[in-house]
Amino acid sequence: MRREPILNAALALLLLAAPLAAFVLDEPFYISLTTRIVILAIAAAGLNLALGFGGLVSFGHAAFFGIGGYAAGILAAHAFNMEPLLGLPATDLMPTIWIVAVLICAIVALPIGAISLRTSGVYFIMITLAFAQMIYYFAISWPAYNGEDGLSITVRNAFPGLNTANPLSFFLVCYLVLMAVLAVIWRLRDSRFGAALQASRQNAVRVSAVGIRPFRIRLVAFILSAVITGIAGALFADLNRFVSPSMMSWQMSGELIVLVILGGTGRLFGPVAGAILYVLLEFMLGGITERWQFFLGFILLGVVLFARGGIVGVIAGKVRHD
Amino acid sequence: MTEPVIDIRNLSKSFGGLKATDNVSLDLRPGEIHALIGPNGAGKTTLIYQICGSLKPSVGSIHFRGDDITGLDVAARAQLGLGRTFQISSLALEFSALRNVMLAVQSRQGSSFRFFRNVMADANLTEPALAALARVGLEQRASVPASELSHGERRQLEIAIALALGSKALLFDEPMAGMGQEGSRALTRLLDALRQEAPILLVEHDMDAVFALADRISVLVYGRIIASGTVAEIRTNPDVRAAYLGARQ
Repeated sequence: MRREPILNAALALLLLAAPLAAFVLDEPFYISLTTRIVILAIAAAGLNLALGFGGLVSFGHAAFFGIGGYAAGILAAHAFNMEPLLGLPATDLMPTIWIVAVLICAIVALPIGAISLRTSGVYFIMITLAFAQMIYYFAISWPAYNGEDGLSITVRNAFPGLNTANPLSFFLVCYLVLMAVLAVIWRLRDSRFGAALQASRQNAVRVSAVGIRPFRIRLVAFILSAVITGIAGALFADLNRFVSPSMMSWQMSGELIVLVILGGTGRLFGPVAGAILYVLLEFMLGGITERWQFFLGFILLGVVLFARGGIVGVIAGKVRHD
Repeated sequence: MTEPVIDIRNLSKSFGGLKATDNVSLDLRPGEIHALIGPNGAGKTTLIYQICGSLKPSVGSIHFRGDDITGLDVAARAQLGLGRTFQISSLALEFSALRNVMLAVQSRQGSSFRFFRNVMADANLTEPALAALARVGLEQRASVPASELSHGERRQLEIAIALALGSKALLFDEPMAGMGQEGSRALTRLLDALRQEAPILLVEHDMDAVFALADRISVLVYGRIIASGTVAEIRTNPDVRAAYLGARQ
């Protein structure tokens, strides 16, 4: 049972070592590939909080990913053109952008969660999808920010004391965000809140019978989850220096669910393992055939049929609560 | 006379044309075990659900320690100190026995919105939970996942959870069901000792346990209370013999 911390440490080190090696070998492409893994891992870690620990299968997390992306894109565009936004000066500082992304995601997630969490099972899946599609179509039909064509970020947003145009510096920013997010989720998981959340997934009737309302616990978890995915969205926009409504598409929501399931639902480093596998498959199989997702389907099928715990489950065994 | 802990007045619940609870009045007084018996389909579980708050009565009121709780939800009633066990054990199966009890302790202590401290390192949670497990004789099984506990152990665990909640009244829905003879005897001793701490409304089919434990018995048939009284009164009541005990012979 003590294999999981070792696996987690190995994954964390691997993610750090790969871009450093790429830097030494002067292969910047691999640095951005790893950065992509890290950012998708943050987004999936956010979803894992709701889906893995809370059992809330949100099929609408791409909305929060996209909102984070647009927060970065819109602020960057205004800052670049020196145009104030809502009467305030725009900023191209990442920490400020993240705060904006967090606030907007929280404000949007509150009503979505409050309504969606009145349902469960397949209805919850459908209603979160419906909300995400509403936001997606809103972005498509928003001419101020190029609608469907999306928005380019001319200069990657800045981080105090770093040159973010340097791939390795930007990677390190993303990596530190991932580690901070995982540390927060780790503490949450083992806290009173985490106990109530995980118990609500296992047996909501039992949780009510001891005087805790699962709805409130789940709502807070849903909002935290959305906020984390939003931060990942802001980083993703900065990585690509581009944001478009496709970040909010239902395929993106599905991709995040796939990452969580591949890696291991409800495992701290599950999303990291899932993102590594997913991006590597996309990269390696994608080089051989355009239909790489066909093979991804096979792998997903295998995981769901034979390895419910995902990669982390296969390597580290079942979850064991003290 | 002391004030009843639970006071049910003129409670009715209909499902379409079926009256599952028909003008039931019932009380639970401090220090007693009040058994609720009746044939299958008499509406015992429906009544328990209304007392716990998972079903809303059509008519009537439920008072708990003097306050009207008819409008409160399950969680609010649990916080006030209404503890229960389920007819079919209902536990967080992946969690250990200890963590199941800790959930009740954390609820009793107030907020579940604490995001940082590791619960397993929090003696304020683990110690009361271990004490509750010890009272039902499960302290050796504290770290075993609920899914790996035997049927009888799960019933004991549910009682430990109700105790850890600091319950002021206990609703036990067929705690003896499926217990072996030895288990039934141990459970009977436990319930016997518990009544001074919190009065017990006991729904039970095991007549030996009922007659051994109950201070009062109420008999429910087709949603109505047809008789209520001491063990001796119920044993000799002709209506009860006809409707219930007679039917078993």
